[in-house]
Amino acid sequence: MEEDVAAHVRDKVDAIYRSESRRVLATLIRLLGDFDLAEEGLHDAFTAAVEQWGEKGIPANPRTWLISTGRFKAIDRLRRSEKFESADSAILDRLLATEMHEQSEEGVEDDRLRLVFTCCHPALSPDAQIALTLREVCGLTTEEVAHAFLTPPPTLAQRIVRAKGKIRDARIPYEIPERSDLPARLDSVLHVIYLVFNEGYLASSGESLTRADLSGEAIRLGRLLMELMPEPEAMGLLALMLLHEARRRSRTTQFGEMILLEDQDRSLWNRAQISEGVELVESALTSHRFGPYTLQAAIAAVHAEASTASATDWAQIVGLYDVLLRADPSPVIELNRAAAIAMRDGPEAGLALIDAILVRGDLTDYHLAHAARGDLCRRMARVAEAIGAYNRALELATQEPERRFITRRLNELRFTSPR
Amino acid sequence: MKYLCLIYDNEKEWAKFPKDVQDKYMGEYMAFGDSIKKSGQYVGANQLQPTSTATVVRSRNGKVSTTDGPYAETKEQLGGYYLIEAKDLNDAIKIASRIPSVRSGSIEVRPIVERISA
Repeated sequence: MEEDVAAHVRDKVDAIYRSESRRVLATLIRLLGDFDLAEEGLHDAFTAAVEQWGEKGIPANPRTWLISTGRFKAIDRLRRSEKFESADSAILDRLLATEMHEQSEEGVEDDRLRLVFTCCHPALSPDAQIALTLREVCGLTTEEVAHAFLTPPPTLAQRIVRAKGKIRDARIPYEIPERSDLPARLDSVLHVIYLVFNEGYLASSGESLTRADLSGEAIRLGRLLMELMPEPEAMGLLALMLLHEARRRSRTTQFGEMILLEDQDRSLWNRAQISEGVELVESALTSHRFGPYTLQAAIAAVHAEASTASATDWAQIVGLYDVLLRADPSPVIELNRAAAIAMRDGPEAGLALIDAILVRGDLTDYHLAHAARGDLCRRMARVAEAIGAYNRALELATQEPERRFITRRLNELRFTSPR
Repeated sequence: MKYLCLIYDNEKEWAKFPKDVQDKYMGEYMAFGDSIKKSGQYVGANQLQPTSTATVVRSRNGKVSTTDGPYAETKEQLGGYYLIEAKDLNDAIKIASRIPSVRSGSIEVRPIVERISA
């Protein structure tokens, strides 16, 4: 009987840990002014919960209990600390001076935003922003983050220690940016989420093409940000991730071979994610304050809504690329626009644009530029030229599934070749 | 908290500016200095002579050596600094972004180690 109660309490504490630990941590960091102290406080608070809730019962508001227990445990730790330094005594004085108020729901959500913006502060290196966000905001362990980014755990741990050191020593404030700084700071948060998603979706190196868990984590982060700060570009980014994620199952064969969009089995697409993504794109577009993420999502939405590859509305896609190119000029977007033009006006028109980009010297080392060129030459039955372009693409590609895809194309071309 | 804002700029380009452009820059610097003095964020500042006047001193195994410095050919050189008082890094970044050379060169913002005097 007693064991049953203990097991029940442990289950309950586990559930509360999953739903509340990030909120408790975010508030403890504000109250304690130190990441490490807050993490220790969080740990101590949950240990105390397992010990005490069995006897005294689960408190009416577990979150408030955890925050106040975590704070007291941290103060205790500071007092007992053997290397008690004057800096600690300053923290202690400040801690004892600030009264613990019952946290309003809004206050708790503000603390979560403070945590997101601090982890994604542009004064930290991009690598550190990603590692810190996944660890502190998402609650992944250092080992999990290291594994996802194929980085040795000690390297990753070092990166996190250094980032926390900079937050403390350079005094990066724990705050939501002022209105005038918000666009730039929000960009930096969106960029971190997008990098996490892409690492999960495109896996920059290695055997497998995708790492689903990281994409899932990025989508969860996108939802959190949308909930806390429903800015159009936050909506656009979430939409973009959902619309890509919806196609995950159709992107590779069961043997891990890549399948192009035009050859994908559209019945495998996740309709729920598509309709959620489309709805988000529409609300972002009506705000008239949208940017590159929303536009890319809008392009993905046009693809997602086409019942077959041939039913794709290429005119609309080209139009969206025109707007995107003005909002965020880049050679890669120019390349994608050229591919869309090829679909709307025929391969000659697309090839002329791609050649112009390559002549400029912008994408000469980008494998997808050569693969796109090879594809257009192939469609125009310029076999020798297509083989040349695919060979160049193969030299530059590093991802195994992409290399196998290009090799398949080369073999097909050699087979049809008159020689 | 104190931060040192190190001003890096291309001193050769600076020397090539016509007098009226240099004067305009100096005017902007004066205005910036006045504004942070008024707001109580100014602690100290100095402009440095160009790197052609610099000397590097080392002592190894008790032997002092003196050389013409700086040896590394960098695009931007340290040309001066402001020592400021700021609430936190965001506050310091805001002040640094108003230093006139931010538009042509770059400003490195470094927190000062605070020692509690015994």
